[in-house]
Amino acid sequence: MELWYSENSTENVKFSIKVDKHIYTAQSEFQRIDIFDSPEFGRFLTLDGYIMLTEKDEFIYHEMITHVPMAVHPDPKSILVIGAGDGGVIRELTKYNSIECIDLVEIDEMVIDVCKEYLPKTACCFDDPRLTIYYQDGLKFIRDCDDKYDIIIVDSTDPFGPGEGLFTKEFYGNCSKALEADGIMVNQHESAFYENDAKAMKRAHSRIFKSFPISRVYQAHIPTYPSGHWLFGFASKKYHPVRDLRALQWRQHNIDTKYYNTNLHKGAFYLPNYVEKILRECEGDE
Amino acid sequence: MFNQQKAPLYEALEDFKSMRIVPFDVPGHKRGKGNKELTDFLGEKCLSVDVNSMKPLDNLCHPIGVIRDAEQIAADAFGATEAFFMVGGTTSSVQAMILSTVKKDDKIILPRNVHRSVINALILCGAIPVYINPQTDEKLGISLGMIVKDVKATIEKNKDAKAILVNNPTYYGICSNLKEITELAHENDMLVLVDEAHGTHFYFGEGLPVSAMSAGADMASVSMHKSGGSLTQSSILLCGKNVNADYVRQVINLTQTTSGSYLLLSSLDISRRNLALNGKEIFRKVIDLTSYARAEINRIGDYYAYARELINGDSIFEFDTTKLTVHTLDIGLAGIEVYDLLRDEYDIQIEFGDLGNILAYVSVGDNQKNIERLIGALSEIRRIYKKEKVSLMKYEYINPEVVIPPQQAFYSEKKNVEIKDAVGQICGEFVMSYPPGIPILAPGERVTNDIVDYIMYAKEKGCSLTGTEDMEVNRLNVVEGGN
Repeated sequence: MELWYSENSTENVKFSIKVDKHIYTAQSEFQRIDIFDSPEFGRFLTLDGYIMLTEKDEFIYHEMITHVPMAVHPDPKSILVIGAGDGGVIRELTKYNSIECIDLVEIDEMVIDVCKEYLPKTACCFDDPRLTIYYQDGLKFIRDCDDKYDIIIVDSTDPFGPGEGLFTKEFYGNCSKALEADGIMVNQHESAFYENDAKAMKRAHSRIFKSFPISRVYQAHIPTYPSGHWLFGFASKKYHPVRDLRALQWRQHNIDTKYYNTNLHKGAFYLPNYVEKILRECEGDE
Repeated sequence: MFNQQKAPLYEALEDFKSMRIVPFDVPGHKRGKGNKELTDFLGEKCLSVDVNSMKPLDNLCHPIGVIRDAEQIAADAFGATEAFFMVGGTTSSVQAMILSTVKKDDKIILPRNVHRSVINALILCGAIPVYINPQTDEKLGISLGMIVKDVKATIEKNKDAKAILVNNPTYYGICSNLKEITELAHENDMLVLVDEAHGTHFYFGEGLPVSAMSAGADMASVSMHKSGGSLTQSSILLCGKNVNADYVRQVINLTQTTSGSYLLLSSLDISRRNLALNGKEIFRKVIDLTSYARAEINRIGDYYAYARELINGDSIFEFDTTKLTVHTLDIGLAGIEVYDLLRDEYDIQIEFGDLGNILAYVSVGDNQKNIERLIGALSEIRRIYKKEKVSLMKYEYINPEVVIPPQQAFYSEKKNVEIKDAVGQICGEFVMSYPPGIPILAPGERVTNDIVDYIMYAKEKGCSLTGTEDMEVNRLNVVEGGN
């Protein structure tokens, strides 16, 4: 018997992982949640049929969305994380002793419960005393926050389904309001390779570009995301992601990473021409 | 009692599809096969039921089969004696209501903030309007309902009037005391016609204002396609026991198409079933969403999302809590500016914006996520665009002098004059102003100094003026020789 999980990257492209066992499935109020075991990628989580993380490659995503802003901001103490029910971002953040408070806003309580039960490698740090979890719509939560956070990490699903509100101009505007005057927002920024992902990426970029004085995009290679070439957004009121990188200061934290380092940090902001072209088009439009 | 689980027209169309009848009749697209582009666009399922009247599917002009059955079940659902499925929009329902009630030179009592379809129907039939001042809320800049005292006085003065028309509710969700007005009218042998273009849900939800049929009114035009969920252009005309429905059908057939669309008709049948079975639940959800949104919007600051606290027992006898209306002037922006910002900057389309207010239409199709987007965007608009507070123009009701019936004015020879030269003349066209969304002039009315001053003032204040042939409203058509 052969059991395969498949996800359509586009209508005409399919990505498949051979599955040992379908461990868990349920429909929450917001989405369908599934957990599988696979020989190649280990355990993996899908939401509405789309891969969110696999044990084998999640480190890339979680390190890149967390350490990039942490290495730029001179003294991040108060962090807001939106989405991220799998706990990966929280795991990375708790490695910093200097952080004083982490607020996690996840709309779907069930995702956190399921991850705690089945994905202990990422959902390992929910008990950290600095962490407060809010089960709420991110857009709603952020409306009430003013000048409160040093860093906001938007670890959203794709812009269809529950994550939709996290790709809107009103959300980015509210994030800007919720950040301190030198705050940084990073977000899951889709990909420029396939047309549909590129559309979402363009929409996100032109909206963030309008809401923040500094808005840059950086990349990472994530084998289980469509095309493998994935992007993140870096938006800030003050700091430039490369010029203001505090490499020495970051290295003093002595954090053990598998993907991220401060040289790669700089390199991640050097993008392929076709991506640069799309970004300039978005910026010119506005 | 009828079985509200049934949907006879929908069921007949399903049966019809399964019979695979060979079509040698119109429409010529033959279930879409003759127009591939259209079928790809609208979908095969849709085209397969775009069919002509035939024996098993009945005929809208002379319903004796499934359309009749569906209309009877609908009448039962709405608490009416008869119901007509209409395919020309609620405009056609309003027209039929008026054309079957008043004839040439008959009087009909109306609030001035009627929909233009009402005055247009008077042009068709030649009846004479007697207007009542709908009160206005000065702070919000919206027109309200009729005061019972005014209705009483107008009836006293016009004992010969045949009918009275009532909005239930207005676009903004304001209701008059429909029950008392109905009793007053009936005591004076007048029929009560109700424009319920914005009131479908009154029949199915709980805790909502009284519906026309339960208030004892005689006819009501119900826009099923607004809060009822049917397709655009479909509507229902309801009749009570005092109305000769067979005569109403004849009147409807004067102007109704003989090729009624089965897409529209089946959408009425299916929506009625859904409302009858699930209406309480549906509108409870809508009220929950709007109540939540209202509270959150009021918490943002400066915005005023209003509701039942406006109720004053007369001109605002009731308020429709499904309406999410927000006063915006305290952030220094006109409603129309907020409307534009929502669409251009935040990809959110709302129902309308006037000088002082916006209205977001919330329905069964909405969810918490979209409501959060709307609230989030409003909060951002305030943060980014807030300006010095602007005051609203003062609106004073000018009692119109109806010199000749609208019909006569409409069909008269007319001349086009500078607006200031029109004083003393009889107007030959409409001048509408938003806000407050009521006609300043209708065909057949005397143009006075006050009216011309008001038009100038409204233009200067940025009101949207419409209705005249001249798009800039600098010139006016007046009745030749009519002064």
